[in-house]
Amino acid sequence: MAERGGRGSGHSSLDKSITLPPDEIFRNLENAKRFAIDIGGSLTKLAYYSTVQHKVARVRSFDHSGKDIENEPLYEISVQEEITARLHFIKFENTYIETCLDFIKDHLVNTETKVIKATGGGAYKFKDLIEKKLGLKVDKEDVMTCLIKGCNFVLRNIPHEVFAYQKDSDTEFRFQTNHPNIFPYLLVNIGSGVSIVKVESEDKFEWIGGSSIGGGTFWGLGALLTKTKKFDELLQLASKGQHTNVDMLVKDVYGGAYQTLGLSGNLIASSFGKSTTADKEFSKEDMAKSLLHMISNDIGQLACLYAKLHNLDKIYFGGFFIRGHPVTMRTITYSINFFSKGEVQALFLRHEGYLGAIGAFLKGAEQDNPNQYSWGENYAGSSGLMSTSPDVYPMQRTRSGTFDMLEMDRLERPLVNLPLLKDPSTYIPDTVDLTDDAMARKYWLTCFEEALDGVAKRAAASQPDSVDAQERAEKFRQKYWNKLQTLRQQPFAYGTLTVRSLLDTREHCLNEFNFPDPYSKVKQKENGIALKCFQSVIESLDSLDWEERQFALVKGLLAGNVFDWGAKAVSDVLESEPQFGFEEAKSKLQERPWLEDSYSQWLQRLKEGPPHKCALIFADNSGIDIILGVFPFVRELLSRGTEVILACNSGPALNDVTYSESLIVTERIAAMDPVIHSALRDEKLLLVQTGSSSPCLDLSRLDQGLAVLVRERQTDLVVIEGMGRAIHTNYYAVLRCESLKLAVIKNSWLADRLGGKIFSVIFKYEVPCK
Amino acid sequence: MPAFIQMGSEKHFSSLHTTLCATGGGAYKFEQDFRTMGDLELCKLDELDCLVKGVLYIDSVGFNGHSECYYYENPTDNERCQKLPFNLENPYPLLLVNIGSGVSILAVYSKDNYKRVTGTSLGGGTFFGLCCLLTGCSTFEEALEMASHGDSTKVDKLVRDIYGGDYERFGLPGWAVASSFGNMMSKEKRESVSKEDLARATLITITNNIGSIARMCALNENINRVVFVGNFLRINTISMRLLAYALDYWSKGQLKALFLEHE
Repeated sequence: MAERGGRGSGHSSLDKSITLPPDEIFRNLENAKRFAIDIGGSLTKLAYYSTVQHKVARVRSFDHSGKDIENEPLYEISVQEEITARLHFIKFENTYIETCLDFIKDHLVNTETKVIKATGGGAYKFKDLIEKKLGLKVDKEDVMTCLIKGCNFVLRNIPHEVFAYQKDSDTEFRFQTNHPNIFPYLLVNIGSGVSIVKVESEDKFEWIGGSSIGGGTFWGLGALLTKTKKFDELLQLASKGQHTNVDMLVKDVYGGAYQTLGLSGNLIASSFGKSTTADKEFSKEDMAKSLLHMISNDIGQLACLYAKLHNLDKIYFGGFFIRGHPVTMRTITYSINFFSKGEVQALFLRHEGYLGAIGAFLKGAEQDNPNQYSWGENYAGSSGLMSTSPDVYPMQRTRSGTFDMLEMDRLERPLVNLPLLKDPSTYIPDTVDLTDDAMARKYWLTCFEEALDGVAKRAAASQPDSVDAQERAEKFRQKYWNKLQTLRQQPFAYGTLTVRSLLDTREHCLNEFNFPDPYSKVKQKENGIALKCFQSVIESLDSLDWEERQFALVKGLLAGNVFDWGAKAVSDVLESEPQFGFEEAKSKLQERPWLEDSYSQWLQRLKEGPPHKCALIFADNSGIDIILGVFPFVRELLSRGTEVILACNSGPALNDVTYSESLIVTERIAAMDPVIHSALRDEKLLLVQTGSSSPCLDLSRLDQGLAVLVRERQTDLVVIEGMGRAIHTNYYAVLRCESLKLAVIKNSWLADRLGGKIFSVIFKYEVPCK
Repeated sequence: MPAFIQMGSEKHFSSLHTTLCATGGGAYKFEQDFRTMGDLELCKLDELDCLVKGVLYIDSVGFNGHSECYYYENPTDNERCQKLPFNLENPYPLLLVNIGSGVSILAVYSKDNYKRVTGTSLGGGTFFGLCCLLTGCSTFEEALEMASHGDSTKVDKLVRDIYGGDYERFGLPGWAVASSFGNMMSKEKRESVSKEDLARATLITITNNIGSIARMCALNENINRVVFVGNFLRINTISMRLLAYALDYWSKGQLKALFLEHE
């Protein structure tokens, strides 16, 4: 029951004077295709589906036949327009509804849509207004059906959507790994009343119970008792009160020896049990607190009884009573822990407020099959979870407090778990949880702040022919800077804060301002240079005896990781004496024993074990790394009779090699090398895309094609290289097959943390326990 | 029993000792306090024990021409509603819901085998306490009297207030309360309700909630007879009839609410 009621009196005094900044909210309206609206008692949530035109860097091989290739770049880079689908969600106060509808009307040009799906208690009230303003027919959808549809969607598509709330720990928000199977679960929606729904599958859910004691009881009874009219103010009062002045505790009733009853003396025996007198005055705060406890405990108790009866251990709480309020999340969590003796977990959702709008939208978009796709939260366009407590986070609540946004990009292809993960339900990609680790958080936030000017400069420099590159680069800088500041204050805003999320947010912000691939030229140049050295590297490797060669191959893999090849000094060296650069890099490497060193076991495995059936390699950088590091290693595996799946990013991130670049590079290597050539021809070497555009690696969200291939080829070795993929993520990932994780630590702080120095080497060979 | 209390008091002593020291209380005084409290606790435990024994006794002598145990037929119909004797020939298992200032729920499996299933702090004390705050009344009887003259539907938001009628998707009848005190979110409605209405709504809220928790416990414990006892029900026909009706309606006739004449 999402009805909120109460605040409707402002209807006549709509604030029409506000001007909406169109580049920030209601973006891409011109291409909006489909609308849905969820109008609650005080907040409106609007959803629309739109297409976004953005620039992508494409690489295309030149036709080199009969030409002098010496002085030509390896391939052509062009920036093209690409159209992708994006879901926009905006939340604003009902008082702005008329202004917003006017704004939409003025900006809606290309739409063919005739209806708008509507849900929520306020949908009736504003039906005429919407139909008049937008000229769209309002099509009502059931509130609970929408909520559940929305809930399933976020559970499936948004990593770190779910969190447990722990007020008294350092980490208030404990985000959960998305379980591959989200069903069954209990959804307890605390609106004015309480609805308890058991969700068993995408289309199957059942209202199993409810309670009339809910948010409306807190608000209504609270207003009567304290003469405080607003819900938020009542919560404020409650957070300052002492319930023991109003409630009768077990120790008040039973005296001292209540423990024999199995009860703690501080338990509430009778809510409001001390107010059974007409002569005493009670403070507003104390009464509000007592009321809050009474209602939270009651809801928690009933939820546990229902969970027990239906044998469920996950309860998601939503509704306006919960919505981002630390006070109620805390009391509900306490109650669930108490009544279930820790067997049931109270869980909350980051985008709980959007569930109805998402569900209504999905109802209307069924012909587009939105559930067939994978979606990704766009960090650049989403506001993130804001604390509603003004005392704790007084900053930046001006506009984001009025308009909250969520944007989700439709991904080209569906993402799935790597089939080789030992336990997908407990897999956590990230090595360090920065929400948890305050020291690490401080370091990395500062690190990203300090690097920001350089990133903005490089972005601008990557598009020398564009007149507005400087301006866009500055906008990018400002946007990412603001994100970093938000994360400093509210590390939990986008789920667990990690180095990966910081990197991904930066990529999203770069894309937002049309810098799809700032490193494209650098990568092009480095790939060209490295290719020139490929044959001599192979020759020198082939001249080594077997054991020396294995070591040289591993050093080659590591050497590609040493320098920041994007730096000008390095590319100068490379240009004049590319071989020297590669050797120099190898010499920088830490001597064995490495910081993490299971090389001997690896060598022994190669020596004594049968060849692997198939190796899956996640590549890292362009240039030296892929061409002189990875390819010789691939070639050796192929020679042993091992098939190789080489996985590269679908989209650009930093100087990482992309799938389309890897195709060209491989083609060129094949032209020089018979081993690679025949492996490609016989499909012993397969190139795939990861489905990701991140410098890190989430093994639970990989391209479906990759997963299929991994299964088909019976992959029994996974090689992950580079800091982003093997240290920031997956350092602790447990696989069901052998794995190699290797990286050079190029960050002295991180090296220090891991107990080593800069350029320390991680070589982690793991065999699954039988 | 004395040995048990002795043991309990020793354990208790050690667990409270630090607390008392922290607040500056002396050890001697602490012991005195504890003895008093120990007595109190003993008394309470007896009460609970007696309660179970009492219910069982009643059932054993239930044939003396005047049955102690009864139920309501047609509880919502003022004309046709009547108390009918219930024969508790084979009483086990039964759920015993004792509504005092708070509520204790016991599952009774045999004469000596019973366990406390759960409890709720929303009980008679909550009704009375909230009534005092909302209406300024000063006795429980006064609160009940007010409640008998009030109309809770002015205070509560019903399913039909939100959906215009039944909420068919979930099979919820229009008359069901969707949000207790839900209408009180609106200023206009706050100003238009009487003290009697508020007292009635408080009574309905607390009673429905007890019914709901009792029903869930009965389902979880797989027990289909629920005996309601306790001070709260004394001269409180409204609550008893509501409990009888709610238990029957929401369990689709699977559960029966029972009451005692001389509990």
